[in-house]
Amino acid sequence: MNGVHDMGGMHGLGPVGPEPCEPVFHEPWEGRVFALRARTARWLRGRDMGSHRFELERIAAADYLRMSYYARWFTVLVDRLLRCGLIATRELERGAADAGRPQPTLLPPSAGDQVSGGRLDVALTPRFRPAQPVRARNMHPRGHTRLPRYARGKLGTVVRTHGIFALQDTDETGQRLGDYPQHVYTVRFTARELWGDQASDRDSVYVDLWEGYLEPA
Amino acid sequence: MADDHEHQTVPSDIALRVKALESVLVEKEMVDRAELDAVVDTYENRIGPRNGARVVARAWTDPVYKARLLANATEAIAELGYGGAQGEHMVVVENAPKVHNLVVCTLCSCYPWPTLGLPPVWYKSAGYRSRAVIDPRGVLREFGLEPPDDVEIRVWDSTAEIRYLVLPERPADTEHLTEAELAELVTRDSMIGVATVASPRTGDAA
Repeated sequence: MNGVHDMGGMHGLGPVGPEPCEPVFHEPWEGRVFALRARTARWLRGRDMGSHRFELERIAAADYLRMSYYARWFTVLVDRLLRCGLIATRELERGAADAGRPQPTLLPPSAGDQVSGGRLDVALTPRFRPAQPVRARNMHPRGHTRLPRYARGKLGTVVRTHGIFALQDTDETGQRLGDYPQHVYTVRFTARELWGDQASDRDSVYVDLWEGYLEPA
Repeated sequence: MADDHEHQTVPSDIALRVKALESVLVEKEMVDRAELDAVVDTYENRIGPRNGARVVARAWTDPVYKARLLANATEAIAELGYGGAQGEHMVVVENAPKVHNLVVCTLCSCYPWPTLGLPPVWYKSAGYRSRAVIDPRGVLREFGLEPPDDVEIRVWDSTAEIRYLVLPERPADTEHLTEAELAELVTRDSMIGVATVASPRTGDAA
């Protein structure tokens, strides 16, 4: 989706603001959110076909920009647990489990589960090869995609192939449509191609793209 | 958050809500407190940029290792015992006198956890994610780096499952240092590409 999360190339989003001696977690609750997300993943298996990434992207733009990173994670984690019926709003409000509710059980994985991004061992001939010129498609899907807006329609060069990975894209409701195994390539775009004459004629941006995002140029 | 000023001494609303969620999930036996503690401890104390620094120092001192690292980073990093979540598909990009690499994830926060730990806030900030690709030299200036015009900047946007680690240049005057001493010089920021590694004698960057 063309959301505010896809911010490569935008202006006006403030300074970077590095912080000296930054702690891993600024508040204890941030660490708890990180750990809760890690340890609840198995409970969402077979229940929630949504993707953590897309749920983050669907946070309303103004909220997304205002919220801290782990506050976004917490919002998405709660939404998913509620949606799957693993917890209830009342329980969350009371901070205690309802006595009458049945204990959830773990479900076996299902085909639509969010796959972690492992390389897939399937036979598939790559459509492109290193040094080949390619153009990123001009596409604007409403679901999750890993083709950033700044690269769409731009001419680049394949520099490396990485093997075959499951496509992570979803439809606009967040459902993964399947693995759609595809070769992933690193594509080099010159800064001039992306940003015009104002950019350095030496610099470039390398973007990792699934094959379906590319067409021969 | 709007009432922060009135209630600075009480825990923030979100801290209470996270605590409530944790209590519910513990009570339902969906998570175990000790396991949560272990996850936090792992990323606060065990997995961090010291790991990546060891990889860099090995590459600086062992040309054969460096060749393996550049050819197959995931396997070469695993030789030192590092791997797992967010490090399954590693690529190491090498800085050189005329090449400077910079890593970003414009869409989110992708970062090589086993070698660098969890990303700092600035790496996930809108300012960094938006500008690293269109104005890398401006971003580097904010970190105090000004590569000359004849240095090529390569920005790596981690949009898929590959995670990037920058191999910074070995600073001058370090011939006498051991691998462990070299690792002490290597900073997290130099492995993201927003810093270079300073020479121990002069403090000047390479």
